[in-house]
Parts: sequence; C-alpha cells; structure tokens
Amino acid sequence: MSFPWAKPYEPQHPLMKWMDEKLPIPRLVYNATGPGYPVPRNLNYFWNFGVLAGAALMIQIITGIVLAMHYAANAGVAFNSVEHIMRDVNAGWFIRYAHMNGASMFFIVVYLHIFRGLYYGSYKAPREMVWLLGVVIFLLMMATAFMGYVLPWGQMSFWGAQVITGFFSAIPVVGEPVREWLLGGFVPDNATLNRFFSLHYLLPFVILGVIILHIWALHIPGSSNPTGIEVKDEQDTVPFHPYYTAKDGFGVGVFLLIFVALTFFSPNTLGHADNYIPANSLSTPAHIVPEWYFLPFYAILKAFTFNFLWIDAKLWGVIAMFASIALLFFLPWLDSSPIKSSNYRPLYRIFFWILVADVLLLGWCGMQPAEQPWVILSQLGAIYYFAHFLVILPIVSRIERPLPMPNSITEAVLAKHATDASSASATA
Amino acid sequence: MVRPLGFLVGLGFITALVLAILTTPLSNEPNVAHEFHKHPKHLKLASDGILLPHWDQAQLQRGMQVYKEVCSACHSLHHVAFRDIADLGYTEGQIKTFAKGFQVPSINPDTGEPATRDGLPSDYFPSPYANEVAARAANNNALPPDLSLITKAREGGKDYVYSLLTGFQNPPANLPADLKPGTGLHYNPYFANLNLAMAPPLTEGQVTYADGTKATVDQMSKDVTAFLVWTAEPKLIKRIQVGYAVFGFLLIFTVLTYLSYRNIWADKKH
Repeated sequence: MSFPWAKPYEPQHPLMKWMDEKLPIPRLVYNATGPGYPVPRNLNYFWNFGVLAGAALMIQIITGIVLAMHYAANAGVAFNSVEHIMRDVNAGWFIRYAHMNGASMFFIVVYLHIFRGLYYGSYKAPREMVWLLGVVIFLLMMATAFMGYVLPWGQMSFWGAQVITGFFSAIPVVGEPVREWLLGGFVPDNATLNRFFSLHYLLPFVILGVIILHIWALHIPGSSNPTGIEVKDEQDTVPFHPYYTAKDGFGVGVFLLIFVALTFFSPNTLGHADNYIPANSLSTPAHIVPEWYFLPFYAILKAFTFNFLWIDAKLWGVIAMFASIALLFFLPWLDSSPIKSSNYRPLYRIFFWILVADVLLLGWCGMQPAEQPWVILSQLGAIYYFAHFLVILPIVSRIERPLPMPNSITEAVLAKHATDASSASATA
Repeated sequence: MVRPLGFLVGLGFITALVLAILTTPLSNEPNVAHEFHKHPKHLKLASDGILLPHWDQAQLQRGMQVYKEVCSACHSLHHVAFRDIADLGYTEGQIKTFAKGFQVPSINPDTGEPATRDGLPSDYFPSPYANEVAARAANNNALPPDLSLITKAREGGKDYVYSLLTGFQNPPANLPADLKPGTGLHYNPYFANLNLAMAPPLTEGQVTYADGTKATVDQMSKDVTAFLVWTAEPKLIKRIQVGYAVFGFLLIFTVLTYLSYRNIWADKKH
C-alpha cells in the first residue's frame, strides 16, 4: 500500500518492461525504497537506525559466513581454530574482530532504534504489528548473540552457556530435563557446541525473514515521524529516493566510522579477558559476566534475592528477566494515550528519560559483583523498570494533558522554520 | 484487560523486590584480601596505543631470549610457530637454525615408534611437558598456563604480567595468618589471591643479552612482557596500520555522503 500521490513505476527501457512482466522486482524496489514510496518529510536522525540495523545484520552475515569457512565446531579444537583465524588466515583477524564488534554495533543501533520507538510512540496504532515483530527480532538477536559467544569455547563461552542454560533448571519439575535436552548432556560440551553452531548459522536468516515482515508491516501505514501526526497530503511527504537514501547513506557512513574505529583500534574493549583462556569445566572464573548488551537483564535476574510466596528467589529472577522483555509485547495496549510523540507528552517524557537512566543503571549494576551497593541499586532499578511499564505508563496515559499539537506535519515544519528564522533575526 | 492484569503482575514483581531489599543486608562481608591486593603498574611499550605504534624488534628478541632460557622450562607457547619470529627481525636462515635447536615430537619413519626430530620453521614451540598430569606433577600440582595469549587473557593485560613478574616480595607483617603463603606458595600482591605457586622466576643477570643490555629483573620483565604482547597478537601493528587506511577512506566517503545529503535536501524544509 502507499499514498495515492506515490509516483507510479513506469519502466521505459524494453528490457525493464520485459522484466516487469515476468518478475517485477524492480517495481518492488521502486515502490519500497525508491521514488515510489512517500515518507514524512520531517524524520530526524533517529529514523536512521532501522537501516543501520539492517546494515549491521548484513555485516554479521557476511563476516560470519567467511568465519564459518575456517572455524571448527568441535570442543577439542574450537578455541585453536579461532586462534588459527587470528594468526594464519589472510585478514582473518579483521573478519573475526569485525564479527565480534559487529555484534556490539548491532545491539547499539537496535537499542537506539527501540528507544526511538518508545520516545516517539512508534508502537501505537496503526503500527502495533511493526512493534511486535520488532520485539521478536530482538529476542532472536539475543538468542543468536548468546550462542555465537559460546563458539570460541573460551572460559566465558563455557561458563556463560552453563549459567544461561541454568535458568531453565529453575523451572520446577521439568527444568532439569529441559536443560539437559538443550545442552545435549549434563554440562556444556561437544554436543552443545555443535548445536549452538548450527543454530547460530540458522537464526540470522530467520531474523532476516522477520525483518522482511517488519518492513512489510511498516510499509502498510508508512513511517511514523517526530510529530506523531499521520501524513495528510502530498506536501507532508518526500519520495524515499533520493531524500532518505541520501540521508541513510550519510548515516551508514557515520556508523561505519565508529564500527571501524572499534574494530581496528580497540577490538577487545567490549569483550572479556577470560574468553582468551580455553574452556575448562574444572575452573570457574571469579566473575561470570555476560556480554554488555545483556547486562540490564542480568541485573534484573540477580536483583531477586528473596523467596516470596511459593516461588524461590532464583525462579523469581528468571521469570522477571523473561517478563522484562515479554512485557514489551503488551506495550501498545499498556499505553492508552492517543498521542504518539513525547514532544507533546510533558509527563510521559519525564518518565521516559528516567527509564533511559534506569536501564543504564541496571547495565552498570549487571557488570558488578554481588556486593552492596550494587545489589540494592539493581533492586531499585528493577522496581522502576517494572513500575514504569506496568504501573506508571497506564496511569500517565490516562491523566496526562498533552501540549497543543500542530494540524499537520507541514505546519509543524513551517512553524519550526519560522521560529528558527525569527530567533536568527533576533540574534542578528 | 491488559492494563489491570499488567498492574497485578507489576505489583507482584515490585513486592518481591521490596521484600528482597528489606531482607538483604546493606553491608558487605569484609574482604581482607582486597586491602592487600595491588593494581598493576603501567608498562609503556613501543606497540602501545594507536599513534604510530611499532614493534621494538631488539626488545622482542631480548624477550624471546628470556622466554626461551627461563619461562619455557615450565610454560608452553602453543600458538606460536618458529616461522612467526620473522616479525622479530630474524632472517630465514636464522629461523631455520633457531628451529633446529629444538627437538619436536615425531615418528620414526622406519619403525613407527615415537621419536623426536630437529625442529623446522613450520613447527610450533614445543611444550615443556608431555601432558597436564606431567606438568602438575612437576609443579606441586599447579598447572603453568600457556603463555601465547597471556597478555590478552588477564585483566590488566601487559601491565598485569609485568607487575606480577616484578611483584614478588615478603608478605607484609600485618597480613592475616590465613592469607600467608602456604608451603610452595609465594606472596605477590598483584596476584588475585595474593599467593602464587610460581616461584620468583627472574634473578639479576639470569640471561646474558647479546646486545649488551643489562639484565636486571625489571629489564627482563619488560622485555619478556613485550614479547608476550607480540605472541598474543602478532597482527597488532598491521591491524592499526590497516585501520588508518580504512578510517581515512570512510571519512572521505562520509563527508561526500553528507554533502550529497545537504545538496539533495537544499530546497526542502524539514
């Protein structure tokens, strides 16, 4: 679907006409990311992150396929095969560091993408399905990243697998058998490594499939925008190409600069020293810490230290950790405010920024050993996290009085330029 | 329906957390070992940083000499092949001679019996022990770790390795009895639990450097640490150099994309 004023695809060249009759891929591209797709004219830089996440996935798939040509998924040789890639494979060090840091870059842009959605209400009608598919992608990414981290078969790989599959053993009765079934044994071993490698290769393509659905669902109503007001007529929009292809091109440039700086100049900063020690089931590292992108959830897991009702603390932690992500599925219905953009929601905006600070605090606490003050800070952080989504947000969306809103995107743009111009003339 | 249910679920989690806060003591168990533990000293090497780092080949050669004459008695270097030491400035002939100085495990071509032969440039540094059991048996049940990746495999990296090598000392007088080194252990405040199975490995003048550098404990520690930075990542310098080129290329690319973005949007208010 598109807006009535979308430019129609009219192939001129006979070859393109022939192609359009047989397999209209050029038409699809033209109408999806070309001049045939009108997009709000007022998108800011936060709307770059969807394309950047796609770029990050492509980088991961390409570097990953090359790594798989040299890596051996066997507990006896996996660690050495990674060192072989680092030392003997042509540019292997680059491919491997790019894949390692590419995962971090993928999560950075996806977190910004998610928080963009939270600030600008992108999860609200008519885009609930876009949001739901996005949460599915996020879950798949987490599973893929976790299994990928196990593959080098270092100490953190092994103990990370031990701890994370251990979550399942908290489930009463079936927990322990489920864990053994997942691992293919009583502890992570060759069976685990092999299935994780197989799934780590499979899941990115599942992610790719869900991304196609995510974009498809997005293209039905079209992109949201910083005002949260839906497109009304042609002057509210510009064609995707060349306007947003150019802007995304610049975004990709900045993304690659940061990615390259990390990969070439500081590739191990976001990793753990322990993962350069081969896996050893008899020696437990002093601090088992997941990768940085899991830290807020890890802090929530560790915050539950009290056996409450008939559920013990460990199971509370596991349930809460899964719930902290699962509640995102209900967000479109937890927030009943019809106003999308936080620019016009003075009360919600405050709580949004508290949530940002809270998630950063939880991330910091997740990195720390189980000592005070980190325990109480992660407990307070977890309280706010659940309160924000399940208590505060539904109440705020009921009692809040939104700020006056412009009538259309174009009016908002022109008003912004008028104030810019008047403040410019005032200073002049 | 979602909102009332969500509210109840939220209250459940919040109650569990409030009870957790009320039942968790706010003070930590005192950790005496922490007070005696020291942060690693900084070691500056030519290969540091991103501003034109390079390998100090003379230092790496001295470091390899320390490894070969001292460390290799107990520590292996699994990931390093003799051919790799070309990075240290050795010629092909020198590498062949160096490799020949090692006996590596082999098979007698006539009988198939286990045997040894002279090393070749394609061989890896041989391990001092046949297996882990032999290594532990010879070292009071402690396992000397492989050193190939040691500067990447420890918090603090090269600083930690250098500090550990120079950090052996007598235990302080106020050290609690349960933290005093037991039999076969040696006090070192840079080591995680203060007492380490490795005896102080270096003594003044232990090696004789061909280039006349005075072999103090500090000098040998610096040299062998520099060598271990190289063994952990032989491609480190190349990585930074390629990084300059890639970053520079992308910087130009990004400036061009920015200009074309501004150009395309020039007549469009947004």
